[in-house]
Amino acid sequence: MAVTPAPAPPTSAARTSTPPPPQRRSFRDLRGKLDVKLSPYLYISPFFIVFAVVGLFPLAYTAFVSVHEWHLIGGQGEFVGLGNFIDVIQQPTFATALRNTFSIFLLSSVPQVIAAIIIAAVLDANLRARTFWRMGVLLPYVVMPVAAALIFSRLFADDAGLVNTLLGGIGIDPIRWHADVIPSHVAIATMVNFRWTGYNALIFLAAMQAIPRDLYEAAVLDGASRVRQFLSITVPMLRPTIIFVVITSTIGGLQIFDEPRMFDQFGRGGSDKQWMTVTLFLYDLGWGAQKSFGRAAAVAWLLFLIIVVIGLLNFALTRRIASAGTALETKKRRRPGARSNGGAR
Amino acid sequence: MAAAKGGIDPTAEGLPPRRARHPDGTEAVPETKESDVRSTRTWLGLTAGMAGVALALTGCASDAGDGGDGGDGGSGGSSDEKITLTVATFNEFGYEELVKEYMELNPNITVEHKKAATADEARDNLNTRLAAGSGLSDIEALEVDWLAELMQYSDNFNDLSSAEVDGRWLDWKTEAATTADGKLIGYGTDIGPEAICYRADLFEAAGLPTDRAEVATLLEGDWDRYFEVGKEFVANSDAAWFDSAGATYQAMINQVENAYEEDDGTVIGIEHATVKDIYDDVLTASVDDELSAGLGQWSDDWNAAFQNGAFATMACPGWMLGIIEGNAAGVEGWDIADVFPGGGGNWGGSYLTVPTHTEHPEEAIALAQWLTAPEQQIKAFKSKGTFPSQIEAQESDELLSTTNAFFNDAPTGEILVNRAEAVTATPFKGPNYFAIHQTVADALTRVDVDETDDANSSWDKAVQAFKDLGLE
Repeated sequence: MAVTPAPAPPTSAARTSTPPPPQRRSFRDLRGKLDVKLSPYLYISPFFIVFAVVGLFPLAYTAFVSVHEWHLIGGQGEFVGLGNFIDVIQQPTFATALRNTFSIFLLSSVPQVIAAIIIAAVLDANLRARTFWRMGVLLPYVVMPVAAALIFSRLFADDAGLVNTLLGGIGIDPIRWHADVIPSHVAIATMVNFRWTGYNALIFLAAMQAIPRDLYEAAVLDGASRVRQFLSITVPMLRPTIIFVVITSTIGGLQIFDEPRMFDQFGRGGSDKQWMTVTLFLYDLGWGAQKSFGRAAAVAWLLFLIIVVIGLLNFALTRRIASAGTALETKKRRRPGARSNGGAR
Repeated sequence: MAAAKGGIDPTAEGLPPRRARHPDGTEAVPETKESDVRSTRTWLGLTAGMAGVALALTGCASDAGDGGDGGDGGSGGSSDEKITLTVATFNEFGYEELVKEYMELNPNITVEHKKAATADEARDNLNTRLAAGSGLSDIEALEVDWLAELMQYSDNFNDLSSAEVDGRWLDWKTEAATTADGKLIGYGTDIGPEAICYRADLFEAAGLPTDRAEVATLLEGDWDRYFEVGKEFVANSDAAWFDSAGATYQAMINQVENAYEEDDGTVIGIEHATVKDIYDDVLTASVDDELSAGLGQWSDDWNAAFQNGAFATMACPGWMLGIIEGNAAGVEGWDIADVFPGGGGNWGGSYLTVPTHTEHPEEAIALAQWLTAPEQQIKAFKSKGTFPSQIEAQESDELLSTTNAFFNDAPTGEILVNRAEAVTATPFKGPNYFAIHQTVADALTRVDVDETDDANSSWDKAVQAFKDLGLE
């Protein structure tokens, strides 16, 4: 700072002055321009550099692998074009894997979001030892997914598991968690929910605390009950957060791997592929019996395309909901605002 | 910097991208459109930007550097240097005490013993790390069923042949691990001569003889005889006759010379009489005659079933003794009979290899040699029942006189030596053995354990799974 005691004249002044600017000034001018134009890109560049290295390059390289015969250890083989894609789609396992993935995704995401909102609403209330409860909710998130999966798969053991013992205690026949399709999905969804509900609850909690409290005061004055406040204020105001949580859990849900992988001793999704998800299928192709990286890469790309499609659907759907929400919101606000503010918006 | 952090952190911590990105991470880049930016701020801004980039770049660079250094650092390890060797095994090799002993003998060497719960898991680990070219242990154990598929990539393993170990093992054991150009990639550890392990108390309750010599006489014969006695047993008992259709099938297929492949490695597949007949026989016995406890081997339920006496007999290769003892801790009545249906049979058996990725090849080979020396293998046998593949060990009095307290003081050494001599068939296990076997094993599990299919529909699925392998 001591080196440049005189602050540079404002650039706007330099631009409007008629005499030709001296050499030094034009350099400074250029630097100023560069700063304005270039430095924002420099600021954001680290993300894009990292993304190019760990996101874009693998994506492109996977595409390259997917059109070749490629052995896990043997490496690159002949070019086969779309052969791998055709092979993979023709295998009935692919359809089964898709079915399982969506089933587990629905069984986990839907209850998860609902439970998270309710938990967040409870945490948002005036509780004693608030931090303790909030930390408690996040605790499962700290547990390694593999560790959680190991414990849960033991709890859900068909003959000797705790869950079936408890069910037996209340007179329910043991459920064959590792043999039947839907029970196995429920068991895996339980692991996912155990881990992510608290995390989502905290996101919702943060959003809830940003809701202006005067809305609630007004509602109380109008005689709205707690439930009514929750449904008419909290949930509508959370809409953008719900969209965020739904999109992230969709992407995560479609890529589910750890939990089904650790669900039994072999990690191949069950003898009849009861809980083989798409990522597990990918793993089995690449590292299992076939050791075909080409086919695994083809599945990876198919999964990517599926996620893109679902993501776009999600986006279109939630944008409609969101815009409907804002329309409702502005309508509500406009009425009292029209009098005092003249509808500044 | 906020932008840089937001970009780097999620990936650096290996979090799934799904939850890591903050919803308002996009707001971190400030707009600088004011016209009167002071030059000091300009410079600060520029340097900050550069620093951000530099940080990101050096972050990557130093990582790469570390990896490289680690690779070079230990290759010349002198004997005084403190080094750590990792040994990766699976199930029970009986190396716990041996590892301690070796560390006492070689104070400068620390040995870390990593145990995978199943051989499948060990295979997955090994394949993944071979492909990645890193993360391998200094010594990796291989199972005979997937040895052949790795023989194709023998470049990844150090040549272990040396005059010291010539003739240490049974010929067929060494031949399987020797490449065409004479490179030995693995030292034999154990072989798996099979006997029948049984619960004497359950036998008694069902009115069958309990003495191991009488049981041997009772079961003498082929598999049909074994199933016959089984029917008699289940008629008088709540327990099942054997643990799992998959395990029984495995025992039977291990008596077939060319189950899935010709001697030259040509794939025969599964759709032929030998495989199909065994498949049908096992499932008839398991499901129709209700001889099987319906447990998937190595599952949590299988482990737990040892405690509640769910089944009375099982095919019992030497290395299984340690597993039974572990799972059935506290249960009395296990015994072992010197008999095996259909003659002798060998199930499994392993090798120790030294991948070329190791930083300490000399020390690792020395350790592998020591662990597979006859004296050490006998100790492992006493500890976990892993029956030696070393000729000298098999002939030693120490082995012959070994008894096992858990199995009612049975002379396990003598019994397994007899069982090893009874083995007549050496099944050919080529590069695709493991993959093909898995399709049938899954089919058996579907019928026996999961009950999602009957024998026929499950077989169709196995045929489809075999086609999916793309071997033909």
